[in-house]
Amino acid sequence: MTETLDRLRLSRLDDDDLELLLLVRHFELKLLELYGRGELNGTTHTCLGQEYVPVALRPLLGPDDHVFSNHRGHGHYLSAFRDPHGLLAEIMGREGAVCGGVGGSQHIHRDRYLSTGVQGESLPVAAGVALHLKRSEPGALACVYIGDGTWGEGAVYEALNLAALWELPLLLVVENNGIAQSTPTASHMAGTVGSRAAAFGIRHHLVVSGDVNEIRASLGPLVAEVRGSRPLVVEFVTHRLGPHSKGDDIRPAGAVRAARDNDWYDRYAHDHPDQFHRLDGLVRAEVQAIADEVAARPPARWEGA
Amino acid sequence: MRVAENLNAALHGLLDDDPTAYVLGEDITDPYGGAFKVTRGLSTRFPGRVIGTPISEGALTGVAAGLALTGNTAVAEIMFGDFVALAFDQLCNFASKSVSMYGRRLPLRMVVRCPTGGGRGYGPTHSQSLQKHFVGMPGLSLYEMSPFHDNRAVLGAMLERGEPCVFFEDKVLYTRQMDQVDPLFTVRRDGDLAVVELRDPGDRPDYVIIAPGGVAHRALAAMRSLLVEQEVSGRLLVPSRLYPLDVEALLPYLGEVVLVAEESTAGGTWGSEVAHLLHGRLWDRLRGPVRLVHSRASVIPTAAHLENEVLVGESTIHHAVREALRG
Ligand SMILES: Cc1ncc(C[n+]2csc(CCOP(=O)(O)OP(=O)(O)O)c2C)c(N)n1
Repeated sequence: MTETLDRLRLSRLDDDDLELLLLVRHFELKLLELYGRGELNGTTHTCLGQEYVPVALRPLLGPDDHVFSNHRGHGHYLSAFRDPHGLLAEIMGREGAVCGGVGGSQHIHRDRYLSTGVQGESLPVAAGVALHLKRSEPGALACVYIGDGTWGEGAVYEALNLAALWELPLLLVVENNGIAQSTPTASHMAGTVGSRAAAFGIRHHLVVSGDVNEIRASLGPLVAEVRGSRPLVVEFVTHRLGPHSKGDDIRPAGAVRAARDNDWYDRYAHDHPDQFHRLDGLVRAEVQAIADEVAARPPARWEGA
Repeated sequence: MRVAENLNAALHGLLDDDPTAYVLGEDITDPYGGAFKVTRGLSTRFPGRVIGTPISEGALTGVAAGLALTGNTAVAEIMFGDFVALAFDQLCNFASKSVSMYGRRLPLRMVVRCPTGGGRGYGPTHSQSLQKHFVGMPGLSLYEMSPFHDNRAVLGAMLERGEPCVFFEDKVLYTRQMDQVDPLFTVRRDGDLAVVELRDPGDRPDYVIIAPGGVAHRALAAMRSLLVEQEVSGRLLVPSRLYPLDVEALLPYLGEVVLVAEESTAGGTWGSEVAHLLHGRLWDRLRGPVRLVHSRASVIPTAAHLENEVLVGESTIHHAVREALRG
């Protein structure tokens, strides 16, 4: 028993990393609350439970890298820019929105960061960007986030073929949370992500750990190889804590409980209570203040196309 | 100079002038030089910027968008225009929307070339005219190759728009000569528009046909037979940009009887868009509604005689004009 607990113990993070993790967590919780109160338009997909993925990757990606995110991208965005004001304003359609309120939760473009709401679509685009980087900015890479369900799309395979064939600096990060909207991975995927990557001769690395420091250490050298134009698929075995979007969770209680048992938030609170409680309340209050401030802003204005 | 050579020279010129320009497509590299040889010689002169791709229309269009996103100029060739359906998502959901959906304009310099249309016996899956499926998409411009428009200038105009463009190239034009018309007619250019009319036009023409490049020579053949047999004279307008259409540019050349001829099947077409725009401007001056001329509602057969029965041709246009003049 002690052994198990030791193995599960999460290593201690810098305050900065923990703050970022907590920022994403409280940002997402705040969104669900705002939706619940009918204060937001449309829909959103929170990354509750998966926050550690982009946080772990953060120092491994530099300002010259391009990041392609998907529908579940708030964590990716906040890890890249730490701009909760701009993102919340975007989602709420308020002044200061990163994309003028046009893109909303799923369609964000800023500097070298871009997300779209069509699954798999960004992979060929990222291949084109990676081709450019390889030629014009060697050492930079294109990183794409997708979920397990997106492996059903043909665009994924067309792009992987190109990435391997043309030796592109493409990093494909798979957040395998075991489910796509309502369809469990076992019901939508034959074989495995690893064997699919292998079919293209692309290296596949499986991350089962939820420990940010450990993940970084294992990924550092692999990401460096991507920069030398060796494409890579990194698959995170992760857990979606919340609903797919606002309130559409039809998973059996056991599956939700399993996700909770694996949640970094409770685990970290248990393993490093002093640091956790010192920061958790601060960040929660900070997010509350941001939400109040953004909600009071006037509506976003759009100049048109 | 043949139209294909003119286009080939245009691509050479583009790659020469613009060091960020790429050309992508299936089987486009030398010695093959593309299914229609339009890219001949390019990969030899510009290795690395002229790239042969796998059979992946979605991906190669996406790669073009990725290159455009990083500030390059990208020209993608779809081997047969029919296959651009496989790139529909990349064009309609990614490239065209990205120009504006991030709240500020994101310029993308990319052109997707589509060898289009029938008349060459390639059969049902290699002969369609898909223009109509792309009409009306904000952020996506449509152009059509014509023997009366220099392709270097057209390429330049497309890229200058800073948004994805689809370039429809009627395959029957590749082997025709640039600017060649029956000695009865003369061609002049007014901006984007090529205006073809009788060498000695006399009074106002009895009717005006608007037709994109691939149908222009069929319209001209009909205009000749109508003159000889019926003694009615027509004017042909060939715009290079189909969408968004510069309707103002057409107005000075129109009269009471107007037709639009296009090779697609009827229903939700470019021509009906043109007619709609013209009705809004000319309703009180037209003798009847703008008439549309199409191919028959059919797949495009392979056998030449069957293909001829289906595709819009001289006689379809001829009859449509006669009907229009009868009122
Ligand atoms: C091409 C496409 N089909 C369907 C959808 C609707 N949709 C949005 S998210 C989603 C599930 C995606 O699952 P997965 O890739 O596993 O990512 P996750 O939501 O688990 O993060 C679906 C079906 C979409 N956005 N795009």
